Amino acid sequence: MMKIVVCIKQVPQTTEVKIDPETHTLIREGVDSQINPFDLYALEEGVRVKERLEAEGEQSVVIALSMGPPQAEEALREAISLGADEGILLSDRAFAGSDTWATSYALAKAIQKIEPQLVFCGMQAIDGDTGQVGPGIAVHLDYGQAAYVAKIESLDKRKIVVKRLLENGYETVAVRLPAVLTVVKEINEPRTPSLRGKMNAKKAEIPIWKAADIGAPEDKIGLLGSPTQVIKVFCPPRREGGEKWSGEAPELADKLAELLKEMEVI
Amino acid sequence: MDYFFTEEQQFMRDVAKEIAEKKIRPVAAHYDETGEFPWPEVKAMAEADLFRVFIDEKYEGMSGGTPITNMCIVTEELSKACGGISLAFAATGLGTMPILISGSEEQKEKYLPRIASGTLAAFALTEANAGSDASGIQTRAVEDGDSFILNGTKQWITNGGEAEIYTVFAVTDPDRGARGVSAFIVEKDTPGFTFGKKEDKLGIRASATRELIFQDCRIPAENMLGRRGTGFFTAMKTFDMSRPGVGAQALGIAQGALDLAVQYSRQRKQFGQPISSFQGLRFMLADMAMKVEAARALIYSVARWLDKCEPKKAAMYSAMAKCFASDTAMEVTVNALQVFGGYGYMKEYPIEKYMRDAKITQIYEGTNQIQRDEIGRGLIAAAAQGN
Amino acid sequence: MSIRVIKDKCNGCTLCERVCPQGGITIVDKLATIAVEKCNFCGACVSACRFRAITIEIDKQPKEDLTQYKDVWVFGEQWRGKIAPVVFELINAGRQLADARSSKLAVIVLGNNLDEAAAELSDYPVDKIFLYESPELEDYDPERYSRVLADLCRELKPEIVLAGATTTGRSFLSGVAIRLYTGLTADCTGLSIGEDGLLHQVRPAFGGNIMAEIVCPYTRPQMATVRHKVIPVSPKSSDGKKPEVIRLTPKPQLFQSRSEILDFVERVDGHVNIVEADVIVSGGRGIQDPSNFALLEELADALGGAVGASRAAVDAGWIPYAHQVGQTGKTVCPKLYIACGISGAVQHLAGMSSSDTIIAINKDPNAPIFQVADYGIVGDCLEIVPLLTKKIAAMRGRT
Repeated sequence: MMKIVVCIKQVPQTTEVKIDPETHTLIREGVDSQINPFDLYALEEGVRVKERLEAEGEQSVVIALSMGPPQAEEALREAISLGADEGILLSDRAFAGSDTWATSYALAKAIQKIEPQLVFCGMQAIDGDTGQVGPGIAVHLDYGQAAYVAKIESLDKRKIVVKRLLENGYETVAVRLPAVLTVVKEINEPRTPSLRGKMNAKKAEIPIWKAADIGAPEDKIGLLGSPTQVIKVFCPPRREGGEKWSGEAPELADKLAELLKEMEVI
Repeated sequence: MDYFFTEEQQFMRDVAKEIAEKKIRPVAAHYDETGEFPWPEVKAMAEADLFRVFIDEKYEGMSGGTPITNMCIVTEELSKACGGISLAFAATGLGTMPILISGSEEQKEKYLPRIASGTLAAFALTEANAGSDASGIQTRAVEDGDSFILNGTKQWITNGGEAEIYTVFAVTDPDRGARGVSAFIVEKDTPGFTFGKKEDKLGIRASATRELIFQDCRIPAENMLGRRGTGFFTAMKTFDMSRPGVGAQALGIAQGALDLAVQYSRQRKQFGQPISSFQGLRFMLADMAMKVEAARALIYSVARWLDKCEPKKAAMYSAMAKCFASDTAMEVTVNALQVFGGYGYMKEYPIEKYMRDAKITQIYEGTNQIQRDEIGRGLIAAAAQGN
Repeated sequence: MSIRVIKDKCNGCTLCERVCPQGGITIVDKLATIAVEKCNFCGACVSACRFRAITIEIDKQPKEDLTQYKDVWVFGEQWRGKIAPVVFELINAGRQLADARSSKLAVIVLGNNLDEAAAELSDYPVDKIFLYESPELEDYDPERYSRVLADLCRELKPEIVLAGATTTGRSFLSGVAIRLYTGLTADCTGLSIGEDGLLHQVRPAFGGNIMAEIVCPYTRPQMATVRHKVIPVSPKSSDGKKPEVIRLTPKPQLFQSRSEILDFVERVDGHVNIVEADVIVSGGRGIQDPSNFALLEELADALGGAVGASRAAVDAGWIPYAHQVGQTGKTVCPKLYIACGISGAVQHLAGMSSSDTIIAINKDPNAPIFQVADYGIVGDCLEIVPLLTKKIAAMRGRT
């Protein structure tokens, strides 16, 4: 039976991110959470792989995994409503303050316990924006990896063939299993929750794994396990609107042309 | 307002709402223009298990004993985004009713699971010469050994040509009047069953409306629904159960239009302020909102009653739900367009579509004149019995 | 690990109390009091305190003598023997950092047949060029590249490693950092050496809504990736000195990989990659019809730029995802961004708000994009853009 793990992260709804003007930190209360949008594509692909295997008579299971505070359980239930079979929450105060090294380590230890053949991650999280955790997990586990996957061409017991989206074109690469894939939006169109999914999500028992459950030593997780430290957080200089023009199209076009000439773009 | 839906019903509402907002709303204008059938959106609805809400668990459904209420909840949410695309779902419900009402165990086991997983159905009664006067249908079903041979043409059938499963009403005994009509299940691709051209409509353009043409179409006798001659009873009972659903479609269209009007009134500035600050405009919105909420309350009250009791006297109340909601939809969409002013008249803005879509709800599944007749006669009959 | 409030510095202003997500701080007699059992060491209070009255002490020590690590390395990403443009920008930053640390700047190139690449680099103020050549490294492979670079770092001990935040850089640098148990900061917009001698890395988070300053105090090398077009290109060497070219001995035992490249298909649409472009003309729902992207392409061509799009246009199938600018698309910072028929949703702004100049053309005077545009033009882009393209052609005709 093929086991597929999908890593998901609960992030704030960015439209609502507000910075407290005095403390210059994020106002977290009252801000809604969502599954990191890129992870929805990873989850959809994991579920589609499962459905394709089912159509060929092969059994498989999709396990959603998330490292986060207790409320990340919501995100795991949402993942189940979207087709995941199970959810596992990695949550422990000891994980707090983790940077990408410590996060990828903890996730890797959890994944090691599950022993999947495939791991899907979204391209990056919209809060951290690093894109480092997926590839990091691959190295911690010594799994194969492919980043920026835009399509799965084929899958068998030993390898997966994928198309990667590079800046200048598409690369087709075969990766031996087990492998970690980070996916881009182009790969699919995520589904919306189904009724059965919502019922399953409601009934699901979501185990919480702590550092001890995954055998993670103190010095490799949380603040202690993080080689990088954030020493300051501040608001970027805000961009303000400038001039506003209106008028007839031909005049505006002429004025724009003059501006571009001044800017030496032409 | 809270209508105290069960948790499962809330899931149905949330699932339908998410599909409406994420999958249907972005493409509604496109389908309205091209008139193509929205197969990708139908697939999304099926994958989300929405077709299971009006089918019993025994047949792979998820109705939880409240199929009518569930259908209304889903239809309302989908219709807020597009009254045409939602019809692929709602008309399947209508087409399934005869099977639910008069189907044998074998027929239910054969067809309901297919519908539950998203195979579309359609209800075929209307003919060129038999609209409001449904008893005037002329499509004939002649018994021949262990089959029936169908000849005739049905008109303006929603989901015609796209559905796989059709519940068709035909005359089996011409000299018995209303008692000579029987109901049948006819599957697409049965030899002798073809479709006419697709109609080019004012509204609900994403819905496929076609003629069904039967020419010596042979169907097995076991496809008859219920006993011979009970077709009319099946049709009338179908309407009693499905009218709240039409009401829900109208309700969704009305609510969708109202929401757009409220949003627009806050953004549009004239005389230095948003038009929502003018009392006259607020009164318009208030009148719209009152009628919409009244329609909603009526629809869900009737739906709940039908689910709980399957009452014999349902006809009058179902008629009220459909008639009131559809008249409301027409009024509300016209006024919502008025709120948009000149922009409302332009196709570039989404509101005029709601007005065009609303009109049909006053006409099909029994014109509102027929509905009023039903209500009037019901009142008089009740009085005659001393109620 | 411990957290404490420095009494002399605290005046009970309540800023820390407000930000603690665990509700673990209360002000008692004008002094911040921390309930340690509630503390998860997230550091929000430390950041918030204007008086630096709260400190978190992490009982961490470097595991080795960090002074062994010297020099700044730039990863010389190459494609088929040609050095990636971002590398020349990294050389600029790398030179400044090396000078601040009184150390050397080296470019390390992995690949095969790298003489031309070395020649390209030798006009720049670089002290050394390391060439690591082997046929197996000709095409990028995440496992091989990360093992090799990690091995080189262990052997040659650079203090700082910089790389471009390209699809290549972003996918294998993480592996290097993991293998070396060291820190990697992605997409830096600012790099400098602090008074503490550490590399201070500034980067955006939350789609650019906040900026974070990051250091890597206990491990080496300190690693960072930088996006293309964030740092200006390095000037060429002015002193006529050429970098020393050192050919390293490849170690085949590092080359195992689970991946095998089967094919590569270049994108044939002829339009400039938007991440590289200096000028981007971008279209949203307001251009009404997919065919109108042709108008934007003409303007982009006239300006030597690329065509971008909002998520709405991409989701509607009007243009491929490779052109999408925004939170779930690409982040760009061209010299000039012209937004046509784009309303300016927060998620789109996250992808382009660091453009040098933003010009927005939109019919709706209340469109949010006008709040960030340097020049906001209220009008129909479908009329203005073709007229502008014509005007530009006419102006060129004259000169």
